[in-house]
Amino acid sequence: MYTIVSADFLAENIKKFEIDAPRIAKKRQAGQFVMLRVSEHGERIPLTIADSDVQKGTITIIAQGAGKTTRELNRLNKGDTISDIVGPLGTPSHIENFGTAVSIGGGVGAAIAYPTAVALKKAGNYVITINGARSKEMVILEEEMKSVSDEAYITTDDGSYGFHGFVTQKLQELIDSGKKIDYVLAIGPIPMMKAVADVTRPYNIKTVVSLNPIMVDGTGMCGGCRVTVGNELKFACVDGPEFDAHLVDFSNLSDRNKIYISEEKASAEQDEHRCQLDRNS
Amino acid sequence: MAIPRQEMPAQDPGERIQNFREVNLGYTPELAIKEAMRCIQCKDPVCIKGCPVNIKIDEFIDLIAHGNFLDAAKKIKEDNVLPAICGRVCPQEDQCEKECILGRKHKPVAIGHLERFVADYERETGNITVPEVKRSTGKKIAVIGSGPAGLSCANDLAQFGHKVVVFEALHELGGVLMYGVPEFRLPKDIVRTEIEGLRKMGVEFQTDVVVSRSVTIDELLDEEQFDAAFIGVGAGLPWFMGIPGENLVGVLSANEFLTRVNLMKAYDFPASDTPVFDCKGKNIAVFGGGNTAMDAVRTAKRLGAEHAYIVYRRSEAEMPARVEEIHHAREEGIEFLLLNNPVEFVGNDQQWLTGVKLVKMELGEPDDSGRRRPVPVEGSEYILPIDMAVISIGNGSNPLIGQTTPDIDFSKRETIVVDVNTMATSKENVYAGGDIVTGGATVILAMGAGRTAAKAIHEKLMGESHGFDEW
Repeated sequence: MYTIVSADFLAENIKKFEIDAPRIAKKRQAGQFVMLRVSEHGERIPLTIADSDVQKGTITIIAQGAGKTTRELNRLNKGDTISDIVGPLGTPSHIENFGTAVSIGGGVGAAIAYPTAVALKKAGNYVITINGARSKEMVILEEEMKSVSDEAYITTDDGSYGFHGFVTQKLQELIDSGKKIDYVLAIGPIPMMKAVADVTRPYNIKTVVSLNPIMVDGTGMCGGCRVTVGNELKFACVDGPEFDAHLVDFSNLSDRNKIYISEEKASAEQDEHRCQLDRNS
Repeated sequence: MAIPRQEMPAQDPGERIQNFREVNLGYTPELAIKEAMRCIQCKDPVCIKGCPVNIKIDEFIDLIAHGNFLDAAKKIKEDNVLPAICGRVCPQEDQCEKECILGRKHKPVAIGHLERFVADYERETGNITVPEVKRSTGKKIAVIGSGPAGLSCANDLAQFGHKVVVFEALHELGGVLMYGVPEFRLPKDIVRTEIEGLRKMGVEFQTDVVVSRSVTIDELLDEEQFDAAFIGVGAGLPWFMGIPGENLVGVLSANEFLTRVNLMKAYDFPASDTPVFDCKGKNIAVFGGGNTAMDAVRTAKRLGAEHAYIVYRRSEAEMPARVEEIHHAREEGIEFLLLNNPVEFVGNDQQWLTGVKLVKMELGEPDDSGRRRPVPVEGSEYILPIDMAVISIGNGSNPLIGQTTPDIDFSKRETIVVDVNTMATSKENVYAGGDIVTGGATVILAMGAGRTAAKAIHEKLMGESHGFDEW
């Protein structure tokens, strides 16, 4: 059992948890994730480690309520426990002084990009962050990102805050302004990561994405998370989750992530129904 | 011989494909005594040599014949800590029962059924005894992996008086016994109870720890002050076939399919949160001919598959699965497409699997393994319509231990190289056994390896003078 030390909403539906997990806190590096099982009947889901505090023995995760399990997680509060957290998993981000590094986070992807942005800054890079959100209310980690960036931009789809448009438009603007960019990290929904890869490809800018396939064990024993990278079969949980964006088969990833779409819906509806009953009683 | 081998009662096939309950129902005390009486109590019981952990088979069967079931259970536990499991999943026909003298002219004594009976009797009557543990030696040993190899190693080390901590990556203990072998062959409550026995002996278990990611072997030895480590992490990395279309939606490894159903209880979805491919009324094909393939195909049938196929490139005679499992599968209506080899998976424009292109095979000359090599029949390709494909062609080793502990030698087959007499690896005070050393093998062989390693670790830590006279 893992105890929640603090739990706060960062935006609607997006909650930040600090969890007591000393072993993981001590070992984790940027780019790594945990598999988490909320309760006894629960499924195992992957979540990126956004931060850790070795002294306190805690890790930070940020979850967006998207389906049954993440909503169940987001109903938990300080003092509650989580059945299982295993990690840190995955290959840590490859960090070096690339020169100018752009870290792009779409939606809750900002939480995943943050630890790597910190590491890039520490390695001596000139760090530019671009965080995209649907609207002003959905912007997360603005202060944190600013604190590790030489330049920080927020984009909103509806223009309610910062740059009006997509992260890719901001990136294109930076490239067009003649800025020399050596490295791009993009984390967010699959269409966004694919779009970033398409922007940087003609300029040959090294671009890395953190993939989000379906995972079960997260330790390499099932291949549920297999992805095609440069025509090679890779297990995202062991070989990744970060890969060269210009080599990833995004369309296969996107298709494979749809396998349980009807089951996920059924499970979420059942959860909704159960919550309703709880509220009424 | 007057008494015939007593058959094990089983759930009716028509009924059992509707549920995940155990197929074999076990002997009654009467059947057990009758079967035990078939044993002729040879002067030189060769059956014992056929058992990788050398259970005193003649003695425990004699106790059963006299109705002394609890003492029989104790007798087995002197050599095997997981009898309810081994009685169910060991391939006895290739081990103890293969050696049985009766087998020459009649059917061998049903040693596995009897082992299972006494273990079940002990558990069901609430009379489980915990083996005695020697005075503490003050030594601390890390066991990595809680599958059969790790559990048997932990058991023997604890009995010697060592402090044992078992590290498991998953949230449940038991390795393949939990995620691989289905409930209908091995009920999970039985696995939990047998492991509980180890806890009572003082073995400590830490789940959710991936050794090499959460902590490395070097850190366990240097920082956490373990005196030795045993690696029993199995062979859990699934092989894929590398044919076109293998990444279509609906193609998965047997490990994934079975883990979802067994460990995560997806058969109980949505009461359990983990989903599994909806097999109801669908056509499902499992590729392979081993026990894992049989487990997967019988699972698919229970999930409601209309057609559940085994696709295997050789003939039934070459199938590595146990005869009993093949028999059970046939009874349950599994369709065997033997001498068929997949060459390509085909899908629709949404990239969902719709079929597999198979080529018929015929058997040619024997290959290196001594089995006749299957050769494709030219022009025999056809498409079999299927909705889900389960790949069950074997497993390799997970690369993590090798990546994070470079001073452990691995073979070209990616297995850990050990001294077969001690199971010692190339790294000081680190031992290994089970599938990580042999590649995919059996539960009981892994247990035998755990046992050999425990003996060697004890000898190394305590010095030669402590020997094995007390063993």
